[in-house]
Amino acid sequence: MTDDMDLVFKALADAGRRRLLDSLHATPGQTLGALTEGQQMTRQAVSQHLAVLEAANLVTTVRRGREKLHYLNPVPIHAVQARWIAKFERPRLDALAALKIKLEGDDDG
Amino acid sequence: MDKPQFVYQIYILSTAEKVWTALTDADVTAKYWQRSNVSDWKVGSAWTHGFPGAAPDVVGEVLEVDPPRRLVTSWSPASKANDPTRRSRVTYEIEQLGEKVRLTVTHTELTDEGLQSISRGWPAVLSNLKTFLETGRTIPDPFG
Repeated sequence: MTDDMDLVFKALADAGRRRLLDSLHATPGQTLGALTEGQQMTRQAVSQHLAVLEAANLVTTVRRGREKLHYLNPVPIHAVQARWIAKFERPRLDALAALKIKLEGDDDG
Repeated sequence: MDKPQFVYQIYILSTAEKVWTALTDADVTAKYWQRSNVSDWKVGSAWTHGFPGAAPDVVGEVLEVDPPRRLVTSWSPASKANDPTRRSRVTYEIEQLGEKVRLTVTHTELTDEGLQSISRGWPAVLSNLKTFLETGRTIPDPFG
């Protein structure tokens, strides 16, 4: 599980790969050729980035005839959100709630 | 085959049989999905998706059944059950890869805005399914 998340963070730690995910979010099911057209990267570079994204399970592919269609798979991003964001958001919200009670308590007193 | 709009994939430390049960058992689906999937899972049968004891939100037909590997169902908003233009299709593919299962959920033929939003809930559903099968626990509010 930790290894899986390492792959996700490493895959996301590159602006070019994040742009590819944005492109797949905007237009699901693109071929390598279509993805390359919208990027300032060579076809080979896009292909290598897609391999990293696929290894992290951030991109899934579907074969349709001779075409390989690429899809953003948001499931690992959801896992990151649940593990790393929701966890830290909770204490902050709790602290704000405690502050609110304290300030309102002061008004009363 | 129409080009899918959404393809979601998750790896779960489990068996194909357990994943199949988790997708098709009304009581188990309610645990991690909040809503229950209810059907006898025979080709041509109806299936419903909704909060236990309430009217279903999603209804459809069982189109393909190959336990524990493949399940295909049609999806319609319950209020548009007879409108073919509002019908989409969900395919579940379950592959055992050693001690892991790869579950792929493909949602195709989506036209309805409401169903698009349901479809975007898949990451939360699949994450919670994984947590449930791997730990026996669930996130109380997976869509929060």
